Amino acid sequence: MSLLELKSISKIYGDLHALDNVSLKVEKGEWVAIMGPSGSGKSTMMNIIGCMDKPTSGQVLLDGVDISKESDRNLTAIRRDKIGLIFQQFHLVNYLTALENVMVAQYYHSVPDEAEAMEALRRVGLADRAKHLPSQLSGGEQQRVCIARALINYPELILADEPTGNLDEANENIVLEIFRQLHAEGTTLVVVTHDPEVGEVAQRTVVLEYGKITREIHNESFEAKTAPALAEARN
Amino acid sequence: MTKQKMFLRMITASLVRRRSRMLVALLAIAVGATILSGLVTIYYDVPRQMGAEFRNYGANMILVPSGNDAAFNMDAVEETLGYIKPDQLVGVAPYRYETVRIHEQPIVAAGTDMEGAKATSPYWHINGAWPDAAGDILLGQKVADQLGLKPGDTLTVSYAAEEAEPAAEPKTDAQAGETNRLDAASQAEGQEESGADEAQTTGEDYVPDASLDMMVTGILETGGSEEEYVYLSMEDLNGLTGGSDKLDVVELSVSADQSELKQYGSDIENNVDDVTPRLVKRVTESESTVLTKLQALVFLVTAVVLVLTMICVATTMTAAVTERRKEIGLRKALGASNRSIIGEFMGEGLLLGGVGGLIGAGLGFAFAQAVSMKVFNSSITFQPLLLPVTIVVSVLVAGCACLLPVKSATEVDPAVVLKGE
Repeated sequence: MSLLELKSISKIYGDLHALDNVSLKVEKGEWVAIMGPSGSGKSTMMNIIGCMDKPTSGQVLLDGVDISKESDRNLTAIRRDKIGLIFQQFHLVNYLTALENVMVAQYYHSVPDEAEAMEALRRVGLADRAKHLPSQLSGGEQQRVCIARALINYPELILADEPTGNLDEANENIVLEIFRQLHAEGTTLVVVTHDPEVGEVAQRTVVLEYGKITREIHNESFEAKTAPALAEARN
Repeated sequence: MTKQKMFLRMITASLVRRRSRMLVALLAIAVGATILSGLVTIYYDVPRQMGAEFRNYGANMILVPSGNDAAFNMDAVEETLGYIKPDQLVGVAPYRYETVRIHEQPIVAAGTDMEGAKATSPYWHINGAWPDAAGDILLGQKVADQLGLKPGDTLTVSYAAEEAEPAAEPKTDAQAGETNRLDAASQAEGQEESGADEAQTTGEDYVPDASLDMMVTGILETGGSEEEYVYLSMEDLNGLTGGSDKLDVVELSVSADQSELKQYGSDIENNVDDVTPRLVKRVTESESTVLTKLQALVFLVTAVVLVLTMICVATTMTAAVTERRKEIGLRKALGASNRSIIGEFMGEGLLLGGVGGLIGAGLGFAFAQAVSMKVFNSSITFQPLLLPVTIVVSVLVAGCACLLPVKSATEVDPAVVLKGE
């Protein structure tokens, strides 16, 4: 069973078909990039997969559960339990420290655990920046806090919206390296991007144009690049 | 870490690390709480303060003889005073009126305790000095004008029992308390007229039983009927008239509100046989009216200030919610339910209310103290209960002010506010 399955979903705003009869499957442990130009429907698809919006028609199965007809309250619970979100603008709470920002996700999910939150920051290389406010962190560091927050509750799906859109090349590489590690550990990643370099490092790239999937590209070199790391992680 | 600890950590961080933004709301609550605490302190203390002020307008209770006995003595007065709390008793002035002759003129003389008269009639204006020794006498302005006397002059006061007797039936049916003392005096005045008539009819038949040389220490100005009498010590009058200790009327100045005075009056009437208490309605009702109006004004101002505080806090919180729409969207995206969002924003509002209330309670007491010193020239009593009451009211006001902003916070759509550029 696929972790995520979109079955002929459409999202219509008046006369605009933001998504038009789109179908997609994402397997557990897969790393999928969704690419497309502005207005192609990427954000709409991300919102629907992230349980922040509902399709006008079609079905969305997440871990076998149809979430397209769920109430807002249930969607909030599903999002909390199964999805980790990473944003282009990081969206950290500006009056909480890096550590507290990670703990906020724990707070809504279950019980805050400072040691565990610190471990998540250590994992993204920010243990020494735990007590800093977002304003005291660089863009790359903020994005890594955002990733630590997304990982803290061990979600089944990491959904990233333009995760490197506001980063320089050095920080982009750091973030992509973290994604590689997560993938190697078996985390399912769906990354929405318009950056071809980010799309290329994914296992599979889905291209959206005018609300439709026009192409799917399987990255041939992906297995060769990641197989050793994957094997190491799985061992 | 428990969820409760994290909750507190988040809301305190929001207030402390965003203090410049929340300062306006905190100030609004603190000012509102200051006015509330200050005015309520004054509200409770004004009756005491005003009571003291009203004591300057004279006695508020009069004791007159019961039935037809027409007189009572200090024993009955002492018994009466047993029914009044000692700390509320400002002054007691016993009066005995007799007709005497000065420069052959019949005059009403009032024997009294000068210290008591000072306490019960602080509005009396004396040109010269109060009598403070045997042989001293205070003249009413009209008497002084009539006799052509001034402070420092000497005179002879004479008394004839026969002259006083024909009119020695005091009236006891006075209805309004404030008229009783004057009634008693006018009885003596009746005697005076009667005596004068008699003197006129008997010509030179007037033969004094006793006489006393006295010195005028002062002239009394009140603008009222008090100026028609002369005042000497009770001992001098009793000595002149033959040692009787009867009293015609006693003035009491009691620092109590109208209901307490009525209760005292009822207790005295029921328990002391020789005495009938009368409230000086002119004073007690004026005091009651002024207090009621002042308290209504305080209540109105407090209510208006609290409403203004609520509006100010609501405006600040609405601005905070608008400013924090992305944060709210993020929290929802992370799985926060509407209940959590409400809890966090209300928590911030209530904490703000609590802190503002605490500050306001302290400042309010200082404010009340300053007002009291300025207006009444006396310090105010701290009401311990007002501290929790001010905090609770501030928290409630802040809570009510947060209702609409918090509702709008729950309507934030994370998909809209978190949309990438």
